[in-house]
Amino acid sequence: MTTGTPATQHPGPGVAPGAPAGAATAGPTAGRVPLDPYRTRTDFPILRTTTHGHPLVYLDSAATSQKPSAVIEAVDRYYREYNANVHRGIYTIGERATAAYEAARATVARFVNAPSAGEIVFVRNATEAINLVAATWGRRNIERGDILVLTEMEHHANLVPWQLLAQEKDADLEFIPITDDGLLRLDVLDVLLRLKPRLVAFTHVSNTLGTINPVREIVDRAHQAGALVLVDGAQAVPHVPVDVQALDADFYVFSGHKMLGPTGSGALWARSALLEAMPPYMAGGEMIREVKLRRSEWNEVPWKFEAGTPDIAAAIGLGVAADYLAELGMERVREHERELVAYALETLPRAVPEIELYGPGADQRGGVVPFNLPGIHPHDVAQILDRQGIAIRAGHHCTMPLHERLDLAATGRASFSVFTTREDIDALASGLREVLRVFAG
Amino acid sequence: MDDLYRDYILEHYRRPHNFGVLDAPTVSHEGANPLCGDRITIQLGIRDGRVEEVAFTGRGCAISQASASLLTDEIRGKSVEEVAALTSQDVLDMLGIEISPARLKCALLSLDTVSQALAELGAGASPGAAPEAS
Repeated sequence: MTTGTPATQHPGPGVAPGAPAGAATAGPTAGRVPLDPYRTRTDFPILRTTTHGHPLVYLDSAATSQKPSAVIEAVDRYYREYNANVHRGIYTIGERATAAYEAARATVARFVNAPSAGEIVFVRNATEAINLVAATWGRRNIERGDILVLTEMEHHANLVPWQLLAQEKDADLEFIPITDDGLLRLDVLDVLLRLKPRLVAFTHVSNTLGTINPVREIVDRAHQAGALVLVDGAQAVPHVPVDVQALDADFYVFSGHKMLGPTGSGALWARSALLEAMPPYMAGGEMIREVKLRRSEWNEVPWKFEAGTPDIAAAIGLGVAADYLAELGMERVREHERELVAYALETLPRAVPEIELYGPGADQRGGVVPFNLPGIHPHDVAQILDRQGIAIRAGHHCTMPLHERLDLAATGRASFSVFTTREDIDALASGLREVLRVFAG
Repeated sequence: MDDLYRDYILEHYRRPHNFGVLDAPTVSHEGANPLCGDRITIQLGIRDGRVEEVAFTGRGCAISQASASLLTDEIRGKSVEEVAALTSQDVLDMLGIEISPARLKCALLSLDTVSQALAELGAGASPGAAPEAS
């Protein structure tokens, strides 16, 4: 009988020779042996496909990441070998499924340095996590006239749930503005904090500009003013080291599908005292301890928030993805992407002098490069790039207020991951020259 | 290599026909694709049940702007009934290029905007019901 944890049964990813297997997030080799994207690439089967006869150049990891074989195989293995519901079966494969599901929770907790696995709630994605907090903590604690502070750079997922809550409770939203370079105006934060907001909610890394926000600094100031803090880590967890204890926020949310894990996986971390006090989100099976016809008692945290059969395969895959990233070492991932951004910011304007680039410098930015070619809509840019096998995002990237603030109808966006190489950026540069050629007629 | 960006499409994009505003439009309607930021305002001057004048302004991708240029050429001089009867396929035929599902909204924004302009006139459902006094 085996109740093994598939989360540890995959070969080590592109770890350079000599690096110990299973190096921790910021392991001893971090920063010394650079990440080798050419080696990492071999772990991603989709990179062996072609589009319009060209090898795929995938520059849209900020929308969703590609998946390494280890993740795909873990999902496959669950369905082939031990598909069973969790927390129910008194039989071998049911126990194995439960063990793998809970092992994945422990892995994810370790990956973001949560104090305990019990503080990790599995959700479908960061959007669901934010909605969960707004609908439970928010509904219980926000009252008429209360203030919630957000920022101008939020993804709609960290904006619209608070709009709904504010409308329902007659509460007010205030916004930290940004500079033209896409940095948060912390001087204005101080002014807003004098209004005694109940919550400050902001993104760790901007999905559009790539800005890495000074989380700990904002958290400290918000806590001094008596506010709780929710951090949207969807674009941070896959790209920079994240330690929820060091960041000291109250809620930290992220998506699995952006961090090399399956779609339908994601996590909410919150302090256990908060989770204990929050009412349930969805109701049904799994989240209860005892049900009578007219009332029920809730299950313990975190299962209180996981009504119904969860996406078991996705959660197991997420655990494997977290292990994969941990073995690469998040310090190395961050350094790799910082170098790519610096290379892109230097190379693109040289190869394509017409290009307009937005966002802060490489030191303050994750692997995201938004741009425009004058007079050419980003959809046309993206379409012509696609004919060359290059995938970028075009549009407003779910940040319409940010685009309005920057007076842009839309932008093109190239975003990077552990397998992105300088050649990918060179391909983008020559692809953009082709766009200009087509439009020059 | 690019079937989508044929010369005549790009020509309509660079120098769109009927680009501008009318002095006294019978109806003016703005349409937008919020997902991509395409935006078009179409103005119609209708006399005796016919589209006598038409103009548009806007910004967006080559497909949406070329489509507006071609469609406004097409509807000038047509009766309101004829314009109301235009279908998505008619517009795709005018464009003469293969439109991927992701770009369909761009291609059809101008037709949607014209349809809404007619609906605003009360002429969408029963064309001819709103003859303009000349």
